Amino acid sequence: MIHHDKTDGQQCNDCSCGLCCTRIQNFGVIRGKFEILKDVNLHIHCGDLTAVIGPNGAGKSTLLKAILGEIPHSGELIFLDAKKEHTGRPLIGYVPQKLDFDNSSPMSVFDLFACAHTNKAVWFFHSGKTYDRIRQSLARVNAEQLIDRRLGALSGGELQRVLLALALDPVPDLLLLDEPVSGIDHNGLQMFYNTVSELRRNYDLSIILVSHDLSLVAQYADRVVFLNNKTVESCGTPEEVFSDSKVADVFGLNLFKPKGGIEE
Amino acid sequence: MSILYQLLDFLLPFEWMQHLFMKNAFLGVLLVTPIFGLLGTMVVNNRMAFFADALGHSALTGIAIGVILGVSRPLWSMVLFSILLSVAILIVKNANTASTDTIIGVFSSTAVALGIVILSIRGGFTKYSVYLIGDLLSITPTDLIMLAAAFVTVIVLWFLLFNKLLLVSVNQSLARSRGINVRLYDIIFTMLTAVVVTISIQWVGVLIISSLLILPAASARNIARSMRQYHRYSVAIAVISGISGLILSYFWGTASGATIVLIAAAFFAGTFLIKLKFS
Repeated sequence: MIHHDKTDGQQCNDCSCGLCCTRIQNFGVIRGKFEILKDVNLHIHCGDLTAVIGPNGAGKSTLLKAILGEIPHSGELIFLDAKKEHTGRPLIGYVPQKLDFDNSSPMSVFDLFACAHTNKAVWFFHSGKTYDRIRQSLARVNAEQLIDRRLGALSGGELQRVLLALALDPVPDLLLLDEPVSGIDHNGLQMFYNTVSELRRNYDLSIILVSHDLSLVAQYADRVVFLNNKTVESCGTPEEVFSDSKVADVFGLNLFKPKGGIEE
Repeated sequence: MSILYQLLDFLLPFEWMQHLFMKNAFLGVLLVTPIFGLLGTMVVNNRMAFFADALGHSALTGIAIGVILGVSRPLWSMVLFSILLSVAILIVKNANTASTDTIIGVFSSTAVALGIVILSIRGGFTKYSVYLIGDLLSITPTDLIMLAAAFVTVIVLWFLLFNKLLLVSVNQSLARSRGINVRLYDIIFTMLTAVVVTISIQWVGVLIISSLLILPAASARNIARSMRQYHRYSVAIAVISGISGLILSYFWGTASGATIVLIAAAFFAGTFLIKLKFS
């Protein structure tokens, strides 16, 4: 992997694939009277897994929601394609931290995909073509056997894989992952990271991952962004960020070479 | 209309079907219950049972406003007011200042109180008590035409919009990431429910209208495993409860709306037992 330094604002000519990049410029979010984020500048290269870490309430999930356009923000989100032309908003895939839905809802995995992919009302139509396509989507994350299961009956890890498959169809320019705080054990997370890592290489995805598991970040991330006091306090490779004194102060440990990881 | 009546006479040559009011009520039930079965699935999914109740209650204020304005049939003022109320609830809800049930409770009780105060100004509230329990047997052919229009509108919209509504109901951020205007679909669904509830209220009654929306879907949930099953069961339970409740109320001499709701409640009890046994 090519080493990236803190090159906010620089032309995108150091991408590992040399094709595309996403730039977040001067992001700020104000809700009510409170400033939640300010002066956030990030440069996301495709094929890179960028992990966002920081203490609780630092605005990690808010940053994702601002990128999604769900909450208003100042600043710009710029996506440059292979020819370095401004192509407007990137196609974003999103895996939410938790799916705040009713567990008892009679909704199958098939229903979830079909309602996202087609306009044929899922309460009436059932097309074999759609079914096959959804099976293929699920196969990317080794979850094709889950297609007829009820969404509420899935385990935390299974649900996460299903949501990842959903975010990858159609293949996005930018993948946003909000790692679940609870409901998945360390092994499940490791599996999830493995899948994400593989997908990043196969599809040249730009990935932004909000993470709570620092040991996994150290193991899998190409770049780490440390969010604290409403802004980016440190960013770079995992080695650089974890040896930064500001980061060590917040997490209170020498974090590179961690054993069990710190979970919030 | 007379062709329809003849058809009913031919298909259902029973004593209770001889009366014109029963024919009208029967057709009314056939039009109203499937809509309630369909909309109910989403109302229950979105945990909007209490909201549906508030909509029903707001009808009282709608009637009161109609009376003040001197409208002979307060339907339009009721529809208008329920749309206003539902949009107001959505706006306050999205401001995220208090929990949803508190907000709905505030609006609901205010609407009921306002309606009762206005309607009781000259001590004449009893005149309007028909709205509390409803009167299915008073459906006229003109009402049926309006119900048919509502029926077609809901079915068409349910075909066109359902997938997006479902995605919004699962997770708003997820829906947004797939380019869906969450607010817009929220408002469309809320207004659709408000209109359907309001136009049916004079036949079903303020007190039980939300049960008719909730019970078929809640029963279907007990046994359904996918959206298709959910809708089929919900519509089937709504229609069966509607027709059998209407017939039973004829023989028992009871209020038809309430009888229908009781049958639907029996369906809930039955499906609940099935669920307990098989899961």
